[in-house]
Amino acid sequence: MTSALGEPNAIAITFFLVFILLSLGITVWASRKTRTAEHFYAAGRSVTALQNGLALAGDYMSAASFLGIAGLVATSGFDGLIYSIGWLVGWPIVMFLIAEPLRNLGRYTFADVLAARLRQTPIRIAASIGALAVIAFYLIAQMVGAGNLIRLLFGLPYEAAVVIVGGVMLAYVLFGGMIATTWVQIVKAVMLLGGATLLALLVLGRFGFNPLALFARASEMYGAGVLSPGRLVTDPIDAVSLGLALMLGTAGLPHILMRFYTVPDARTARTSVGYATAFIGFFYLLTFVLGFGAMVIIGRDAITGIDAGGNMAAPLLAEGVGGTPFLGFISAVAFATILAVVAGLTLSGAATLSHDLWVNVVRGAKADQREQLVVARAATVLLAIVSIVLGIAFKGQNVAYMVGLAFAIAASANFPALVLSIFWKRLTTAGAQSSMIIGTVAALSLIYLSPTIQIDILHNSSAWFPLRNPGIVSIPLSFVVAIVVSLLRPVSSEAQRFTELERQLHLGIEIVDEPAVQ
Amino acid sequence: MEIGGSSSILGPLMSTSTLEAVSAARWRIAISLTIAMMVVYFGFVLLVAFNKPLLGAIVTRGLSLGMLLGALVILVAWVLTWAYVRWANTHYDVSLQNLRERR
Repeated sequence: MTSALGEPNAIAITFFLVFILLSLGITVWASRKTRTAEHFYAAGRSVTALQNGLALAGDYMSAASFLGIAGLVATSGFDGLIYSIGWLVGWPIVMFLIAEPLRNLGRYTFADVLAARLRQTPIRIAASIGALAVIAFYLIAQMVGAGNLIRLLFGLPYEAAVVIVGGVMLAYVLFGGMIATTWVQIVKAVMLLGGATLLALLVLGRFGFNPLALFARASEMYGAGVLSPGRLVTDPIDAVSLGLALMLGTAGLPHILMRFYTVPDARTARTSVGYATAFIGFFYLLTFVLGFGAMVIIGRDAITGIDAGGNMAAPLLAEGVGGTPFLGFISAVAFATILAVVAGLTLSGAATLSHDLWVNVVRGAKADQREQLVVARAATVLLAIVSIVLGIAFKGQNVAYMVGLAFAIAASANFPALVLSIFWKRLTTAGAQSSMIIGTVAALSLIYLSPTIQIDILHNSSAWFPLRNPGIVSIPLSFVVAIVVSLLRPVSSEAQRFTELERQLHLGIEIVDEPAVQ
Repeated sequence: MEIGGSSSILGPLMSTSTLEAVSAARWRIAISLTIAMMVVYFGFVLLVAFNKPLLGAIVTRGLSLGMLLGALVILVAWVLTWAYVRWANTHYDVSLQNLRERR
């Protein structure tokens, strides 16, 4: 079949321009409300549970999960589902272990939680290394993805696409801060959930609204193998290692954690994770249908003929069941998805650079509101430039491993220190610091030594480290380092501080002498 | 001592309202639910890794055991999340309110 994909498509461009105008309109509105650091980083803490649930889902459902998983299911069937499930099961962990204490103990970044009970300077520097490493790899993957996708979807040159994404994202974050970023995420999440639902309904309509009839058709066309585990997971240890990184990495992603500061209190944070888990789970169930729908209706060869990685499965499916207008809409949704995710990442990177490093480490927490905002905005511009440059520098390179790497670092560097600082009294500054640094270094070096880099990218004949996913080594290592270092040199004042913070961990910052509300 | 919702297995955990007791109950719930989620998810992953033929078994036309279990893992994630929210809204929040009032 012939496809309008990759040709300048009037409907796609119209939808896309509508999204850009709407989101820039939101940015102008948000910029008037952004007067303090609390607005810039935390949207004035006025986001509701449903809004934050949608924004969390928007931050999390990247192009990798929409186009990537649909493509993976379309080309390899069951194996693609392993990723969708892994990406969802991190959310209950965020709920049980992280969301509420994080909201009660911190202000803008997850490093605040560590700094509340440990020594500011060393802990913020170590936390920033992990946070910036996660953000950098995630951003590169998104920017390279943006360049490739937009070239395929709209026929724009790669470099132009990267510059447009970087420029529009810069406008959102620079002027509208967290208020604009949150609303862009909400609009994008509604578009993505709505578009994917409509697409799934159009597919299921051809199979009497019975997903099993669709799956049965897929197994008739391509063999029963598409419904069972295949080649993707060959090594059991590697499978568990990947699962650990997907699950625990979610609870260590700086741009996700930052969202919990945008709500008024811990109870709202809790409810918002409930909404996010519902939306994301629903979305990943839809990817079952979209992937198999593309496999049956479009056909594997047609999908891999356009993009070997299968990334165009969902847009092709949209064209197949809804014609060029629907292709245009889904293409615009994909573009909006990338824009929103890079905006969220950039904002959390700016918070790390300005709040953690500049305000608290360099200036010893003595910066006024004006200075905080100026530095935050300067950091935003710097990050936008860096991400455009890296996006262009990595053109044509295989960056698929970078999202996995970002999750591996988040799970190895950020998650152990964060969870121990919330639950373990005896954690010391040295313990948390060494855990975060060793977690980052271990994840990075094991990926470098893995077959992913050594064999697939450098074309060496063997790899020193046998696994493609370092999580099973680097996550326990990071926990063990934190615990051993803390136990070897206990610091009683830090354990004392933990006890003092216990009340705040559960109740948040209380306003003393306020009469109880009946 | 107040015992709220003794019909619920989660009820007696919140029977006292000192900060230590609230904290211990919160920790117990958090770690139990986390372990439950991990057992279910890694159980699925290990089946994928070690027993591919079993997961490839067809339950009914168009549905393999692996796909059914995969969808169930998502369902379990929802149920556990819902269980936590419910526990927190009915027990944890009440204890926190008691703590606030007694300051």
